[in-house]
Amino acid sequence: MRAYLPKYNLTSATSLDHALQLLDNGNRPIAGGTDLMVLFDTGNLPEGNYVSIHSLNELKGICISDEYVKIGALTTYSELRQNEVIRDEFPCIYEAAKVTGGIAIQNRGTIGGNIANASPAADTPPALLVYNASLKIISSTDEKNIEYKNFHKDYKQTQLAANELIKEIILPRQNKHKLHYYRKVGTRKAQAISKICIAALANFTKEKIENVKISVASVAPTVVRCTKTEDYFCGKQYSQIDIHEAQQVLQTEISAIDDIRSTKNYRVRVTCNLIQEFFDLITEENNE
Amino acid sequence: MNKKWVGRNVPRKEGVEKVTGKSKYVDDLTFPDMIYGITVRSKVPRGKIQKIHFAKHINWDEFTIVTAKDVPGENVVALIESDQPFLVDEEIRHPQEPILLLAHPDKSLLEEARRSIQIEVEPLAPVLSIEDSLNKKQIIYGEDNVIKEYLISKGNTDEVWTQAHKIICEKYQTGAQEQLYIENNGMIAIANEEEVTIWGSMQCPYYIHKALIPLFNLPAEKIRIVQTATGGGFGGKEEYPSIIAGHAALLARKAKKPVKLMYDRAEDMVATTKRHPSHTTHKIAVDENGKLLAIDIDFILDGGAYATLSAVVLSRGALHAVGPYECDNIRVRARAVATNRPPQGAFRGFGAPQSIFALERNLDLVAKEMNMCPVELRKRNFLKRGVENATGQMMEEDIRIDKVLDMALEKSDYFAKKKQFAIHNSQNNKTFKGIGLATFYHGAGFTGSGEVHLASIVGARLTAQGKVKILAASTEIGQGTNTIFSQIAADALGVSYDLIEIENPDTAKVPNSGPTVASRTCMIVGKLVESAVWGIRDTLQKSNLLQENYSEEQFISASKKYLEEFGELKMFVKYKPPAGIKWDDKNYRGAAYSAYAWAAYVAEVTIDKYTCEVSLDDFVAVQEVGEVVHPILAEGQIEGGVAQGIGYALYENIVWRDGQMANNQMTNYIMPTTLDAPSIRVFFTEPFTPGSVRKGIGELPLDGTAPAIISAVENATGQHICHAPLMPEDLMDCIEKGTK
Amino acid sequence: MNEISFKVNGKSETVNVHPFSRLLDVLRNDLQLTGTKEGCGEGECGACSVFIDGVLTNSCLIPIAQVQNCEVETIEGVAEGEKIHKVQRAFIDMGGAQCGICTPGMIMATLNILRDQPHPNDDAIREGLAGNFCRCTGYTKIIDAVKKSIEEREDESISS
Repeated sequence: MRAYLPKYNLTSATSLDHALQLLDNGNRPIAGGTDLMVLFDTGNLPEGNYVSIHSLNELKGICISDEYVKIGALTTYSELRQNEVIRDEFPCIYEAAKVTGGIAIQNRGTIGGNIANASPAADTPPALLVYNASLKIISSTDEKNIEYKNFHKDYKQTQLAANELIKEIILPRQNKHKLHYYRKVGTRKAQAISKICIAALANFTKEKIENVKISVASVAPTVVRCTKTEDYFCGKQYSQIDIHEAQQVLQTEISAIDDIRSTKNYRVRVTCNLIQEFFDLITEENNE
Repeated sequence: MNKKWVGRNVPRKEGVEKVTGKSKYVDDLTFPDMIYGITVRSKVPRGKIQKIHFAKHINWDEFTIVTAKDVPGENVVALIESDQPFLVDEEIRHPQEPILLLAHPDKSLLEEARRSIQIEVEPLAPVLSIEDSLNKKQIIYGEDNVIKEYLISKGNTDEVWTQAHKIICEKYQTGAQEQLYIENNGMIAIANEEEVTIWGSMQCPYYIHKALIPLFNLPAEKIRIVQTATGGGFGGKEEYPSIIAGHAALLARKAKKPVKLMYDRAEDMVATTKRHPSHTTHKIAVDENGKLLAIDIDFILDGGAYATLSAVVLSRGALHAVGPYECDNIRVRARAVATNRPPQGAFRGFGAPQSIFALERNLDLVAKEMNMCPVELRKRNFLKRGVENATGQMMEEDIRIDKVLDMALEKSDYFAKKKQFAIHNSQNNKTFKGIGLATFYHGAGFTGSGEVHLASIVGARLTAQGKVKILAASTEIGQGTNTIFSQIAADALGVSYDLIEIENPDTAKVPNSGPTVASRTCMIVGKLVESAVWGIRDTLQKSNLLQENYSEEQFISASKKYLEEFGELKMFVKYKPPAGIKWDDKNYRGAAYSAYAWAAYVAEVTIDKYTCEVSLDDFVAVQEVGEVVHPILAEGQIEGGVAQGIGYALYENIVWRDGQMANNQMTNYIMPTTLDAPSIRVFFTEPFTPGSVRKGIGELPLDGTAPAIISAVENATGQHICHAPLMPEDLMDCIEKGTK
Repeated sequence: MNEISFKVNGKSETVNVHPFSRLLDVLRNDLQLTGTKEGCGEGECGACSVFIDGVLTNSCLIPIAQVQNCEVETIEGVAEGEKIHKVQRAFIDMGGAQCGICTPGMIMATLNILRDQPHPNDDAIREGLAGNFCRCTGYTKIIDAVKKSIEEREDESISS
């Protein structure tokens, strides 16, 4: 453990209001700790005062209505996996939760933390993007909804101000897609950080692709919604689709780099290949 | 001798302590008044220390600070060569050299203090690759950067090339590998001017003992080394613990308090030894029937900045370079070269996995070029009884490695799978499937005259309860030393397993039975255990306290009577080389090992075409290891070794930056999890010679796993692959660009 | 320094420590429960696995302030006095423990599989153990031990 304890403080918030007040006073939030405590253990957590929001019931639970699924920010990956509506209607989120870390991490890591930590390699953001998620953001003075697609501004930069928390993630339920595709290419099959991660949805008929949604992670400074690639597919008959053209378009939407886990070259090629796989799955489904 | 315990799956001796969390590893121990230590290291690969800056915000008076100036004896880690200092005084030769040691009661403050020391260095141009070392870009070691060189020569390779039907020459590379024992290194020391005592995680108590005598300039009996429960070693706790023990003791001596020096994972990974990276140029000549005519091998290891064990790792690598194959004309030129990386060291297999990788891969290439089945090529060339191997050692055992291979082929359904996969690969556009194999042997015990020089000693003594206690420095590091020694001793005496106890390795209590390395514990030390307890029995019988035939009760009562009468009974025995084993160290000729274990491994893979990720679907490991003392432990050794081999082949890539490991975290250095390792199927064939010796098995599985897996990838993709680890990134290049 | 109270293996404990102190360190240093091990200090290897309120957790990632009023179970609470748990017995019998350093965490993960799932298959066992690294066994014998524990439970439920 490399952190020097006197440089830190940690207060446990007793209520949401208490937490927001502490944020106003310059405290930073810590939830399940699966990201921040790694930084802490390795001596890389910024010094200062923190507020533990881990026990706040106001931020827990999954609430289902006819139109929306509202996921409390402190919902863990394990809780996401156990929810039937998530599993049946938002399988990409279910898959993302299943492939994150291992069981102990899934038990502790939260979806709100995964979003707020803003790692470009996080597993749930691509899934949230394709399902058109929005976020409810709160502070001691304000409460607002923002579209998730606008949340990530740049590498580790988000719209979240220092005095704000994500309260919940809102998913619209009019999400009827024939194909839900999620794939994480990690360094191994568990306890892995992704090299490339993709979520995609498709509606299609025998004749044509009606619409698709595609989002990728680990191949740019933030998670990316690939709208140009989506446009390429939308409304096209199968005979009009040249997958290589689609891959060309996709490459204009990402900016992968070499790092300790993989190479730019591999990331670009695999992202393209996964679009191919996505398209192959659509074709296969059609042929069945 | 009636074998009642050997061959049975008795519960391991320290099993209950381990499953209840009661076993005491070094970090679980505290001593009154104990403080903590930490190591401040160089950050640059090469340079000269100019000045050390201590930041003002720390109250340094509270700290014990040790530098090279505080060394009371010789500032050198005694091992093979005396080239590595405990603490650098002036010249930095790799990026993780210990320069300064700190101790303080507050562990958290120590980390802050370490961050607050700046070492000003005048940088020198480093050598960071095998190529640069060979090309003498800078001279950093001796006259030519070569730490050690061997030549094994048989027949005349040069005359054969012109007559050959085919000559296959290729270059192969293997990467470094981290041992990644789950317990990090650590030591506790109590020391003063007169004596030093060490407790810690280790494989070789007497290596530490040897290293600390000159460091403190104290008589041998004033240095005491005690092994604590050790959470894995795999070679990684063979020689580096000597440095940590020395550091802890230097701090304790100056602080006049017990000092615990624990590495965390990041420090353990970045600073301690790894498997040597290798480059091999491999040239094989065959006749039209696939018979090996000549093999010419240029085998090079990256030894890092100091000699450490490189000479012996190189030796084992060279001696296994031609494997279990018959060939009349052989030349192996082996060199370990220096770089400004932290010294590489021992890791299970000890040079053999590197040279066997090149050999097995090149044999697959020969088979391909000859349009021959890899199985057939190997079968035509296996060593047999009455044939000499590369060093001219006559094979006297009735070797049936062909039968070992047949069993592996049958268990893996090799031929049917191969056909099936060929069809799959022509039809499926999402995955490739492949099956591959490797055949190999591993010599047990120290190389050549090593065991004679070690002259290991094992003792046994009677306890007050009339039980027999084994006295050996051979450590239990998970592999089952305590259990197999007890089984062997129980059968030797004809008493029950529970009547045998094992003394904890402690240089004040046990003789030097040699290091726990080289797959020698069961074979070499086990034999000595047998002799030692026979000594006890014979003494009881000669004293007329025990009949020739006796029951366990009679043995216990005889023991107690003996103790009543004479006070104590201890017997010590010393290693004697088996008759007819001769080794010429100068010319590298003769019997390099007194016994070999033989094996054939088959791997089955699926490769995802979209991502080039390789999954293992099946792994069959068949071996002949002589007598199996404890089937579950033996299987566990093979399974664990295969899993490490899987990592070596497919996952465990060390990213080097400026001469040091950049991915020194478990999240970025990728060892296999339960979802990555397949079910590993282990089989032991009947011994070739009934009643034959027990052979070492610890290292064997590392030799053949990686080549078998890469062979399967080659079978799946059609690409000849020349390196390991093979990351998906590399495989994608291999398939799409034809790189190797 | 904060006063933090929680239960460990059924026993109430109060410690006076920095609120950011890791649960792992409090267990090992303040409560002398050294059966929980540190392998990586970053939530990868699972050697520090414990239950917090019945949930399997990496104790190296838990600031002690988050344990206030919780119930923690560690390896020390698994055996009943001298009588070891059936899962522990299975690890010994099947060769699931070699060097032993991952074993406490591995046993906690096994108990988690047994608590969560009535009839876990091979995939569920492998997934349940994927957050626990073992460098000695290659996992085969560990999985054998888990399977044995499951079989024993099934035998018991049939006979009872």
